[in-house]
Amino acid sequence: MRETISFVVNGEHYSKNIDVRLSLLELLREEGLTSVKHGCGVGECGACTVLIDNTPIDSCMYLAVWVDGKTIRTVEGEIKDGKISQVQQSYIDAGAVQCGYCTPGFIMTSTAFVEKHKGQNVDRDEIRKEHAGNLCRCTGYETIICAVESCLKD
Amino acid sequence: MFNIEKYSKVKSVSEAVSLLEKNPRARLIAGGTDVLIRLREGEEDYTELIDIHDLAELMDIQKRENGDISMGAGVTFSQVMENAIIKESIPVIAQAAGTIGGPQVRNVATIGGNICNGAISADSAAALFVLDAVLEIERVNGARELPVREFYLGPGRVALEHGDVLKAIIVKQENYAGYGANYYKYAMRNAMDIATIGCAATCKLDGEVIEELKIAFTVAAPKPMRAQTAEDGARGKRVTDENIEKIAALVMEDLNPRDSWRASKNFRLQVIRILAKRVITAAIEDAGVQR
Ligand SMILES: Cc1cc2nc3c(=O)[nH]c(=O)nc-3n(C[C@H](O)[C@H](O)[C@H](O)COP(=O)(O)OP(=O)(O)OC[C@H]3O[C@@H](n4cnc5c(N)ncnc54)[C@H](O)[C@@H]3O)c2cc1C
Ligand code: FES
Ligand code: FES
Repeated sequence: MRETISFVVNGEHYSKNIDVRLSLLELLREEGLTSVKHGCGVGECGACTVLIDNTPIDSCMYLAVWVDGKTIRTVEGEIKDGKISQVQQSYIDAGAVQCGYCTPGFIMTSTAFVEKHKGQNVDRDEIRKEHAGNLCRCTGYETIICAVESCLKD
Repeated sequence: MFNIEKYSKVKSVSEAVSLLEKNPRARLIAGGTDVLIRLREGEEDYTELIDIHDLAELMDIQKRENGDISMGAGVTFSQVMENAIIKESIPVIAQAAGTIGGPQVRNVATIGGNICNGAISADSAAALFVLDAVLEIERVNGARELPVREFYLGPGRVALEHGDVLKAIIVKQENYAGYGANYYKYAMRNAMDIATIGCAATCKLDGEVIEELKIAFTVAAPKPMRAQTAEDGARGKRVTDENIEKIAALVMEDLNPRDSWRASKNFRLQVIRILAKRVITAAIEDAGVQR
């Protein structure tokens, strides 16, 4: 069972004939986008988070065929002209990365959050609530929240 | 890879209905947050899929001329939370939607899938029960309507027969206009957790007197339930602390929570008692009486 689908990943157009049994996670990793991590595989941890039409989703429980006609963003595409994004830089500055396994997923959730709430007065509870789908076993979250807060301010 | 053996993407509900009719093993997939997890876990029941993901026909939210609100079964919880009509007229549904999973789950999980999977913990169920929602179900020989209170049969079992597709959920104006409402999900964690007990109420007041109270619970019986005895007992009562206490005590008459690894029966009984009081009070306040 195969279907031909067209989609855009990080600004690049793809047209591919794919196996309908693939998850989006598997499709993206096969394309070399290995920032997309396989954690739990069942929607609990958010390590596989990517943006579809700027909305965060867990790519492990999303059929690859569903991206037909859609635009996907992964961490690879956040680097523009050799420079990492504001969200990526803020994670570094806040010390929000330890082992790093959760980081690409978190960065994508934060990126969508910051783009939606830029300049607004958002409290820490709201930041926590909107990052509740991403788990981190190392940092204790505090530094991650600080990173997001700093992006909203400037 | 998911263990999918047959797959058809459909372009309309009528196509889904006719494909279901032809294949007794075929199952629908909408957001897939339930179906894909079951496939991951090796369940054989979901290997032949009819895909209604992103079907425009199922993603409409509108207020009809008579004031009734219709939500397509394929609307995601994030869409529910952001929709102007829902926020304005039936915000309790948006409130319930906000308690589901985390953002990634809410961005794909549909309200139709939430009730069709029959989970007794479904977070949209209690709110739909107190709004007396009506389900529009499509099948080969025509459509039918079913009150959500008659939809649940037992754990994991609903009144859908093979070939049925839930099309829309209707909330009639008479069931939301003039009502205050509230939903509270009690879970062990604040996010990404299944309800230990869920409770929703709507309340209509005549001055300081309760004209109508509707209260429903999830995980408090083998299926989501309205606490009818408490509702009857509330009618015509003045809003006082003592009366709220009495009404809250009556909810137990209709409920029968179970022991499970998540929580003991006794603990659930305690949570039910506290939530009943809290949610009734919040619904009364929402209806306009400050407590
Ligand atoms: C990490 C995680 C967290 C979760 N947290 C919560 C939570 O907090 N609260 C909660 O209530 N649930 C939760 N869930 C469960 C699930 O996400 C929801 O029940 C969701 O609403 C299911 O909708 P779906 O569109 O993804 O369903 P699907 O998986 O697509 O379908 C579910 C079932 O409904 C049937 N179905 C779907 N659409 C229709 C239709 N239109 N007509 C007839 N049958 C249909 C399917 O055949 C299947 O049997 C969680 C799931 C995950 C993975
Ligand atoms: S790998 Fe997708 S949520 Fe954990
Ligand atoms: S940095 Fe190790 S899991 Fe988050």
